[in-house]
Amino acid sequence: MNEFLSALADHAFLRTALLAGLLASVGCGVIGSYVVVKRIAFLAGGIAHSVLAGMGAALYYGFDPVLGALVAAVVAALIIGVVRLAWSAQEDTLVGAIWAIGMAIGILFIAKTPGYSADLMSYLFGNILLVPPRDLWLMAGLDLVLVLTVALCYRQFLAVSFDEEFARLRGVPVAFFYLLLLCLVAVTVVLLIQVVGLILVIALLTLPAAVAGHWVHSLGGMMVIATLLGAALTASGLALSYGPDLPAGPTMILLAGAVYVVSALLNAAWRAWRARRAGGAMMRSAE
Amino acid sequence: MSQSVIELVGVSFSFGDAPVLSDINLAIAPREFVGLVGPNAGGKSTLLKLILGLLVPQVGRIRVLGLAPREARRRLGYVPQYPTFARDFPISVEQVVLMGRLGPGLGWYNAADRAAARRSLEEVEGLDLVPRRIGTLSGGQLQRVLLARALVSDPEILILDEPTANIDQRMEGDIFDLLARLKARRTILVVSHDIAFISGYVDRVACLNRTLIAHDTAAIDADLIHRLYPGDVRAVAHVH
Repeated sequence: MNEFLSALADHAFLRTALLAGLLASVGCGVIGSYVVVKRIAFLAGGIAHSVLAGMGAALYYGFDPVLGALVAAVVAALIIGVVRLAWSAQEDTLVGAIWAIGMAIGILFIAKTPGYSADLMSYLFGNILLVPPRDLWLMAGLDLVLVLTVALCYRQFLAVSFDEEFARLRGVPVAFFYLLLLCLVAVTVVLLIQVVGLILVIALLTLPAAVAGHWVHSLGGMMVIATLLGAALTASGLALSYGPDLPAGPTMILLAGAVYVVSALLNAAWRAWRARRAGGAMMRSAE
Repeated sequence: MSQSVIELVGVSFSFGDAPVLSDINLAIAPREFVGLVGPNAGGKSTLLKLILGLLVPQVGRIRVLGLAPREARRRLGYVPQYPTFARDFPISVEQVVLMGRLGPGLGWYNAADRAAARRSLEEVEGLDLVPRRIGTLSGGQLQRVLLARALVSDPEILILDEPTANIDQRMEGDIFDLLARLKARRTILVVSHDIAFISGYVDRVACLNRTLIAHDTAAIDADLIHRLYPGDVRAVAHVH
């Protein structure tokens, strides 16, 4: 750990990596909470994987891959959302199709891009150590968009996540807010891809929020706890991976997975204890 | 007929090829308490969804408060049969009730919204539930909260779909006593499968089995029950 701290003082790329992790955790906490309570992790996975199409195309035509990723993510989110609203029965098939087609397009573009294309691995699994410092500004900007949109539309997003039918009866434009929420998921996916790559995004999007959901019982509380947890996980994952020279992304994910499993077990034990105590209290009052 | 707050004229509806409702005519007067009964799959919930503007009929005309259902919907309060949300959703009772105050505007709930939520919970005798999480409520408590959510916007019409389907009988009586009190200021349309029970509370019973069979009197006789529920049904005397 001390080794990591002194390295942090010495190397600018490590500080950039740490900051990227912290910036990504805002998205993973705020939007991850919606993904968990609305149970759209599979849908978010589809958006994440289809992003490869945008990255591949951007690489081939010589644009910034992050920009390509953002466009592809939003397009995929809108396609999935519109089809789900129109023909809800086909949602899982469609997500699967977008998932695979997006990746196929991306791999074809990358294969046909002249020159050195070993970057494929860093798109798939991320490389937080290679985040260019200028991308930090982009990530901060995306965070700002996320937080402002959620602050402004918190009630509508809550209503659409909780009970779509009732929201519709109250005159809330459900389709609009659902699509907007999916677009925010798309933006978050792009944020997180910088850190852990598109294959592992789903873990950072769901695990911190799921752990928070074990212990707090309001959506706002989940967002705060999941953001703090995401920050702790990305920072400690980075620190743990530094000494033994492990890839940072998978280290963070394994750490998040371990925290999730421990939290789920503790939560189950805690519930059982509470139920026993409540049962015991009832027995005593009956006597 | 211009006095009716809910008016259906020649309304038919089908899901795909399957006809659900045919040629429904119904007029409900202000502050009337109407019970809608009928067998399962007789189209009761579908009729409510048409009135709420969640479904649109293929044939016929529906007016609610003199408007198209979609335009009137914010002046209605609705209690669904099955909660359409996940019971483990991290949300408090207060937040659920506040949802009834939602409008098209952005931003946050204000003090007036919170006061209305408390008043509404008080009306259903559920004020002590304010801080509780929705997942910890019993069936009867949840039903009170959903009723408070429907009442918090001070609706002119209250529409309830089997409000007592998932709770015990004593609680069922409590809920209907509550509705009888609310009726002083509102029109109420309540769906039930329990024709004998609700006939003690409502002004009028409408019987629905794909078509509306009788809706003029509250007299429930063996002949009517027989037409509604074909087969051997014994009438049960039920006195309040």
